Amino acid sequence: MSDEPLGPFTWVDDADGTDDPATGDVATTPAPPVAGHAVVALEGISKTYATGAAEVHALRDVSLRIDRGEYVAVIGPSGSGKSTLMNILGCLDVATSGRYELDGVDVEDLSETDLAAVRNTRIGFVFQQFNLLSTLSAWRNVELPLVYAGVPRAERRERAHAALDRVGLAGRVDHRPSELSGGQQQRVAIARALVTDPALILADEPTGNLDSRSSEDVMALLDELHASGRTIVLITHDLEVAAAAERSVTVRDGVVLTAHDQQGEPVGAGA
Amino acid sequence: MSVPALRTPRVRPGETLAIALESVRTHRMRSLLTVLGIWIGIASVTLTVGLGQGAQQKVADQINSLGSNLLVVSPGSSTTGGVRAGRGTATTLTLADAQALADPTVAPDVAHVAPVRTTSGVLTSGSTTWTTSVTATTPEWLGVRARSLAEGRFLTAQDETTAAHVLVLGGTTVSELGLRTGVGSTVTLGGTAFTVVGVLADSGSSGSTDEDDLAVTPLSTAEAVLGTAGSNGSVSSIYLQGASGDRLSAAYQEAYAALATRHDTGATTTAGATTGTARAAAAAASTSSVDFSITSQQSLVQAATSTSKTLTVLLAGIAGISLLVGGIGVMNIMLVSVSERIREIGLRKALGAPPALIRRQFLAEACLLALAGGVLGLGTGYLGALLLPSLIDQPVTISLPASLGALGVALAVGVVAGVYPASRAARLAPIDALRSD
Repeated sequence: MSDEPLGPFTWVDDADGTDDPATGDVATTPAPPVAGHAVVALEGISKTYATGAAEVHALRDVSLRIDRGEYVAVIGPSGSGKSTLMNILGCLDVATSGRYELDGVDVEDLSETDLAAVRNTRIGFVFQQFNLLSTLSAWRNVELPLVYAGVPRAERRERAHAALDRVGLAGRVDHRPSELSGGQQQRVAIARALVTDPALILADEPTGNLDSRSSEDVMALLDELHASGRTIVLITHDLEVAAAAERSVTVRDGVVLTAHDQQGEPVGAGA
Repeated sequence: MSVPALRTPRVRPGETLAIALESVRTHRMRSLLTVLGIWIGIASVTLTVGLGQGAQQKVADQINSLGSNLLVVSPGSSTTGGVRAGRGTATTLTLADAQALADPTVAPDVAHVAPVRTTSGVLTSGSTTWTTSVTATTPEWLGVRARSLAEGRFLTAQDETTAAHVLVLGGTTVSELGLRTGVGSTVTLGGTAFTVVGVLADSGSSGSTDEDDLAVTPLSTAEAVLGTAGSNGSVSSIYLQGASGDRLSAAYQEAYAALATRHDTGATTTAGATTGTARAAAAAASTSSVDFSITSQQSLVQAATSTSKTLTVLLAGIAGISLLVGGIGVMNIMLVSVSERIREIGLRKALGAPPALIRRQFLAEACLLALAGGVLGLGTGYLGALLLPSLIDQPVTISLPASLGALGVALAVGVVAGVYPASRAARLAPIDALRSD
């Protein structure tokens, strides 16, 4: 499924998870009842992959709450399960068990088509690899989510141009990705994430492929977006990058260990 | 919960088509190669079917050039290879037979009757001689055989009654005799001087016989001057023209019944015989005992075209196999395209493209490719239809239904070849797709 390990292997016969050494540190406080202003409310989310005879527990009983306007970093090393968490947060994958409410929508039992609609209208993705279509110009890349939202062409063009303007690329709307620098490409991707006005911006290692100057650029842009009231979840293994967020959540071995605020004080998940 | 807000957005079909078109455009070389298979397949199917239909049309045209709604009564039995027992006896076709068939009470569905007696004769003009077929007939021959005049006039009823020494010549005959002016010339036939009163317009060659090499003269003249008539006025054949296409089979029945009755009981009992009794008599008469046969153009056309039809089906089948191979090519390329574009598919899905839309996009792409191949193939087929006849002297007929059929087949090939790759693309999980490579 993935080229990165998903977490420790646990054999099926002792997979009850009760004797997990990390249990003491886990933020096991159940998320409070879903309030209107929660963008993300995870409750007891587990994800298990079956690989032959072995079962991989990528996530175990994760609860997490992110409110509107928050800027949260999800930190964890490779194989910690943070990618799985990101996939579930982004509705790219569904949890094996648990409950996930995104912007007031229960997403556990949605069909693939409905999940696509949720991703389209409520989530803006920023990927490490930018994932721009090389054959399309910047604005045509940015308008893609609007195509799937059924927005008429003239309005799509207008909104895509506005989003590119927002990320400082007004002069590059007709450039192809190959004609843009890495930092500019990532800004196109951010414009694409913004264009649908989503409830949640999900940035997966957004600076992973960028040099330090471009990284600063992109992080400054995310800061700006946060300042303007956007809800942002930043997934990274880089603590320095994570420091930009106002709150960070550490994932290790498939469990959420701690949640810290900017001063390093632990806070309860969703508290 | 605001689940109602999750209504899947409607993406217009034009949008899907635009995405598919763009993909075809961006992969020009691959698209062209994909199209090539369908292109060749459709072109070969179009051309083979066109050639077959052209050949059939040619044969049908030749037979139809004899005249329209035509029945030909021949003496003897055609199944015995032209060995006509009883030639010159009372059972041979006679002028009286022709007159009987012309009687509207006997054969109401027969519009015109043209008895013909064909002999060979030597025409002389000055010092030039030319042996040609001398056709002795009535004025109705012109209409029944669907011929027309290049100049002058045809035989008239007056020529017939006065046994006038007049000839109407075919174009080939005029040129072979070296006549400067056709009409008004004097030509000697059987020691008698004839005046050429008309020249027939060229009919085009019909098979092995030159329909433009003949001399037409009134039956009465032939009897009186040339002495070619038998004691009972026998004729070589009688051409019958049905009143209309759909009354041809009725005309056939009537003529058959009338002749069977006449030849069974002698040459006297025709008047008063109603169609009904004539038919009954025909039914009673054993077919093996009749000494004449009636062929329709329809049966001639059918016999002549059945062989070429078989050949056409065979060739079209082979061409169809190449179309099938082309279709497999489309499927193959589409599968390659799906695996090449896993990331793109994953991204599109992550951005909110529902599986059905991805499926439609790839299906639309396959159909576009196949349809493009179909259009190009059809174009090549039409081009071939224009060029081939001058190269191989075979007419190629491409009909509109056949063209539309070819496009339909191309589209069907696209759909069939596209379904599997498209559903594979639609089933891809966005995370797997995004992570590939």
